[in-house]
Amino acid sequence: MSGEPALALRGVGAAAGPRFRLRDVSFELPTGYVMGLIGANGAGKTTIIRCLLGMRTIDAGEIELLGHRVPAPVALRQDVGVVLDHTYLVGEWRLTEVERVLRPFYDRWDSGRYRQLLGEFGLDPAARVKDLSRGMAMKLMIAVALSHGARLLVFDEPTSGLDPVARDELVGIVGEFLVDEGHSVLFSTHITADLDRIGDYVTLIHGGRVVRSGPKDDVLDAYRLVRGGPDDLTGLIGVELIGLRRNGTGAQALVPADEAALLGDRVLVEPPTLEDLAVHIGARG
Amino acid sequence: MRVVLSNSVGVPLYQQIKEQVGAAILSGELAEGSVLPSVRALARDLRISVITTTRAYTELAAEGFIATVPGKGAYVLPLDSELVREQLLRQVEDGLQTALDAAHRAGLGRDEIVRMLDGLMDAVGSVR
Repeated sequence: MSGEPALALRGVGAAAGPRFRLRDVSFELPTGYVMGLIGANGAGKTTIIRCLLGMRTIDAGEIELLGHRVPAPVALRQDVGVVLDHTYLVGEWRLTEVERVLRPFYDRWDSGRYRQLLGEFGLDPAARVKDLSRGMAMKLMIAVALSHGARLLVFDEPTSGLDPVARDELVGIVGEFLVDEGHSVLFSTHITADLDRIGDYVTLIHGGRVVRSGPKDDVLDAYRLVRGGPDDLTGLIGVELIGLRRNGTGAQALVPADEAALLGDRVLVEPPTLEDLAVHIGARG
Repeated sequence: MRVVLSNSVGVPLYQQIKEQVGAAILSGELAEGSVLPSVRALARDLRISVITTTRAYTELAAEGFIATVPGKGAYVLPLDSELVREQLLRQVEDGLQTALDAAHRAGLGRDEIVRMLDGLMDAVGSVR
C-alpha cells in the first residue's frame, strides 16, 4: 500500500475522434491490486488505455506508469503486458515461432517459463495463432506477458466473447499473478460480474469523464438503488436521480447515498451492485 | 484452513472469512502456531479481491486471534491471550442477552430463568 502507484492519471484530456474527448480524467491504482474500468461502449475506456500505453497523445494533464511519466522510456515496455481484444500476432505463426519473434525485444525473456505456461494453459506449441479460439488467444497473450516478466497487466475487454469456463480461468490467472505484491492489473470491461469478487478498485467512466473512482466497496457504498411506484420519485428536491427508468408499474433510479434519506419511506432503498451502477450511470444522458 | 464463502447470505465476504477462521481457532481446529496462507494466496484460492482478505486478516489480528508477518503470512496466536478471552466473554454475554430477550417475551421470571440455566448446566455436566 506504500510506494509509488502502478499507474496514475491526473487531469488527463485527449481528443479521440471528431466528437469525443477525455476530460479531466484522474484516477490512481496502487501497486499490488486489480482495478476495473467500468463503462458502456463508447464511454472512453479504450481511449484511456491507449493514452496510458502511449498509443495516443494527451493534450492536458499527466500520466504516470510504474514510476515513469508517459511517454515512458522504451525499456518500460518490458514491465507492461498488454492484452488487447484482438491479437497482434501473425496468424500463420506457430506458438514456437511467436517466441522466436518476440524474444529479441525483451531482456528478461524466460523460455522455460513460456513453455511451462503453454503447458499450464493447455496451448499446443505446434498450433498456429489463427487456429486459436478467443480464450486460447487471450491465454497466449498472457503467457507472452508473463514470460517477459511484466509487473503490470493491462487488459482491454478481456472477457467479452469468452465462454464462462475461459472467464473463470482468467480470474484464476489474475489471482495467481497477484500473489506477487509487486504486480498490478488494470482491465476495462462492461461485464461487471468478473469484478464483483476479484476487483480491488473500480473506476466508473461515462462520456469521457470519471464518474467515480476508489476501492470497490467505497464506490458501491456511495450509491443506493431506489425503487417505487410509478408516481414515486417525482418532484423531489435535492435528490439527484441517476438513470431514472419509469413505466406503468414503477420507477427505479440510482441516487447518491447521502441523498437517499430525503426519499421518505414509500420507496425501497437498497445497496446497488456494480451492474446497477454500470446500467444507471451508462443510461444517464 | 477451511473457508467456505456464500454469495447469498448477505454477510460481507471479509466478515465470513473472519467468522470462520475465528470459529476454527476458538474450537481448537486451528491450533496455536498454525500457519495461515498469506492474504494474497488466500485471495487467489478464494478468487476474491486482495483488499477483502487483507481486511479479514487485519480484523482477526486486531482481535488477537492471529499475528501477521508482512509479505509472508500469518499464524495463530495462543488461545488464552487476553483478547480472545474477551471475545469468548462477549459471545457468552451475547448468547445470554438473546436468551433473556426471549425469556422476556415469553413472560419468564428470574427464578424460572435461573432454574432453566441450572438445568442446562447440569445436563452439560453429566455429558462431559
